[in-house]
Amino acid sequence: MNAIKSLEDLKKIREEALAKRKITETSGATQVIVGMGTCGIAAGARETMKAILDFIEEKNLPNIIVTQTGCIGLCEQEPIMQVVSGEQQKVTYGKVSGEVARKVMQAHVVEGHVVEENVIPV
Amino acid sequence: MQILESLKAELKKNGLEEEVNILDSPRIGMCEKGPEILVYPEGLHYINLSLEDIPLLVQEQFLKGRPIEKWLAPAKAEKVTELREPTPREVRVVLRNSGKIDPENIEDYIAENGYEALAKVLTEYTPDEVIDIIKRSGLRGRGGAGFSTALKWAITRDSVGDIKYVVCNADEGDPGAFMNRSVLEGEPHAVLEGMIIAAYAIGAQQGYIYCRAEYPIAIRTLNIAINQARSLGLLGEKIFGTDFSFDLEVRQGAGAFVCGEETALIASIEGRRGEPRPRPPFPSVKGLFGKPTNINNVETYANVPQIILRGPEWFAEMGTEKSKGTKTFALAGDVKNTGLIEVPFGITLREIIFDVGGGIKNDLAFKAVQTGGPMGGCLPASALDLPVDYEKLTEAGSIMGSGGMVVMDEETCMVDIARFFMEFIQDESCGKCVPCRVGTKRMLEILTRICDGNGREGDIELLEALSKEIRQDSLCGLGQGAPNPVVSTLKHFRHEYEAHIYDKQCPAKVCRALIRYEIDPEKCVGCTLCARNCPVNCISGEVKKTHVIDPDICIRCGICKQVCNYEAVLVL
Amino acid sequence: MNIQKTNGRGVIEIVDLVVDEFHAKKEELIPMLMKINQTIGYIPNEAFDRLSTRIRVPKSQIYSVATFYHMISTKPVGRHVIKFCESAPCHVAGGYEVWKTVLKELGIQPGDTSEDGKWTLMTTSCLGVCAVGPVMMIDDDIYGNLTPDQVPGILGKYE
Repeated sequence: MNAIKSLEDLKKIREEALAKRKITETSGATQVIVGMGTCGIAAGARETMKAILDFIEEKNLPNIIVTQTGCIGLCEQEPIMQVVSGEQQKVTYGKVSGEVARKVMQAHVVEGHVVEENVIPV
Repeated sequence: MQILESLKAELKKNGLEEEVNILDSPRIGMCEKGPEILVYPEGLHYINLSLEDIPLLVQEQFLKGRPIEKWLAPAKAEKVTELREPTPREVRVVLRNSGKIDPENIEDYIAENGYEALAKVLTEYTPDEVIDIIKRSGLRGRGGAGFSTALKWAITRDSVGDIKYVVCNADEGDPGAFMNRSVLEGEPHAVLEGMIIAAYAIGAQQGYIYCRAEYPIAIRTLNIAINQARSLGLLGEKIFGTDFSFDLEVRQGAGAFVCGEETALIASIEGRRGEPRPRPPFPSVKGLFGKPTNINNVETYANVPQIILRGPEWFAEMGTEKSKGTKTFALAGDVKNTGLIEVPFGITLREIIFDVGGGIKNDLAFKAVQTGGPMGGCLPASALDLPVDYEKLTEAGSIMGSGGMVVMDEETCMVDIARFFMEFIQDESCGKCVPCRVGTKRMLEILTRICDGNGREGDIELLEALSKEIRQDSLCGLGQGAPNPVVSTLKHFRHEYEAHIYDKQCPAKVCRALIRYEIDPEKCVGCTLCARNCPVNCISGEVKKTHVIDPDICIRCGICKQVCNYEAVLVL
Repeated sequence: MNIQKTNGRGVIEIVDLVVDEFHAKKEELIPMLMKINQTIGYIPNEAFDRLSTRIRVPKSQIYSVATFYHMISTKPVGRHVIKFCESAPCHVAGGYEVWKTVLKELGIQPGDTSEDGKWTLMTTSCLGVCAVGPVMMIDDDIYGNLTPDQVPGILGKYE
């Protein structure tokens, strides 16, 4: 990225970022987000992330974007895992151990059924 | 298809064909609600449109920029919602993007209008105008003292000298407080942007973020953010092509709570013992390396970009007369929904604990809430309807502090709690001044004796006298606030102290020296489960006969009570 | 001294590397001490001497700074350092029971190192993850939502 020299430069970056997001949303790719703030890590988010990445590698799943986010503020539900499938509403799972993560990956990401029992009531 | 044609025609008719870009999308998602149009960047989703609607849609939405509410899909379906739907009373300003963006990706921040405030400030406002905006917003320091941010910036700006510093206090040491950590880990750029704007306003060229070493992940995230900002020219020479240059770096603490105090923090950056010094001179006049220095808390800086973008009036509309805007709080302890919240000032403690917090765990009774960290007071049920703001909390005998709130239920012993906080303070006292160093030690000795069952006549009076001295004569906020837990618990829970001292009893059944475990002969069936589990073998009894605990050997661990299936173990 | 941690390098060599990294600047004393502490596990006597010579600050002054901060140790530490949060929210969330279990498993008191040189036990002030309390850190790993029965398993993970 080049240095930002003016407001126009900033706006351009913003628009590109938003467009990228839209493409992700409408492309059919699935986004998996794991909370990796300190509270998440203290509750075991590293195992959760590992389980997800291992699963993707094992099953050779294409079109999945795994990202991380910071502390959400719902610390006692950590580790937290969110799944965004295409344009569907984001689904949030709480207390996601490595085992639960694999369950969600199979049921929700691969097969498309939300795993109701692990969803955090909002 | 007809709609598409009609849309194009209408846009052309209104001269909007250049402004509005039509992307033919294969499928938006709600097939049963078509035809549909998605409008960006607002993210509005129009459904069930018919041909006749188009002219009006173009007029209102595209020409005048006014969405037509009744044709919009219910908001939930499209907009990415908050992780937990913030309860109605919550307003997320400082926490608005935590958990929603990737903190290690500056583009995510920019997509959420990041650095637009900085661009505006550098191209449209003079430093004095920036300070005026902050003044009109009513922003007060969020670190605990609540000093007017605009005034602090103005004093630093007016201080003599060409070299000035901007420092961020990220030494969040209050037990129970993790608001700053969340912002640093969730949206670090908000803090950076706020600091750069402050630097412009006061005329500083260099900044430091002093972050406690117990937050290694926050430090890492900050460093990544700083590097990304530098690579985009948002930090360094000639920012946004103007003459303004500013850079900053992270400095780690080394495990000293007192370094959250501003003069101790400065000493630490300078490589010295973190001991506070008398003020005046205040850091704004003579601070880091002897130069004028503006020190603000993480949260204070994180509010700045929003105030610039949305205007100071928007901020000032929230809150109470003297406390404007929102505040983050960290709920911890015996409450159901622990975690972070952000609410406008003026909300009551009751609403925070019972609405937002969901009430007490296991539905036990509420006993007290401690606000503001270890130097804060404990407030009882009678204070629940207190509207939260700086002045009201101080009047009630507590402080706002950084925003930690520890909720305590009926099974908490308030004397034990006071002792607990005093232990922390004693440990963290830097030792420089006698009232704090010796005074807190004496108070701790008395409190420990009381909890051990050796309380004496005159102890309460002695605690009160010591509290007065320490408050008056300590050099810094740590010492001045140290007696608060004791003073507030003495005020609201004096009977507990008296029970400990005169009756040698702990009403909450917590202090081990003052409780004993006994087996109720009416309920005991002689199953021997307790005797078998006792770690010190102090329970005797034959099978099917009432068992007995030997109080001299019993260590009050509570295991017998846990394993008994007949509720035959009593704690007295 | 923890020879494993130093990878066979001498104390003086380590101090020199650290001082060079921070350009021998006096005000960077605390980051320097932290780096040395991280590498060797604590600050040995020879380190104080070498540091004093290199950055031209009296040894007593460096010592007074090092002893002020909790996270810098002047005593040798074990291979693994346990930092147990002793602050109010963890205490209120059941920290005492977990603490007792840790004490029982290790058989040492806070501030001490075990005889076999494996563990050093310390208490720490709030780590800022109170909502997942009780919490403890072992080296750089952080463990939350602790219950007494988890303790043996967690400790067993470390050599």
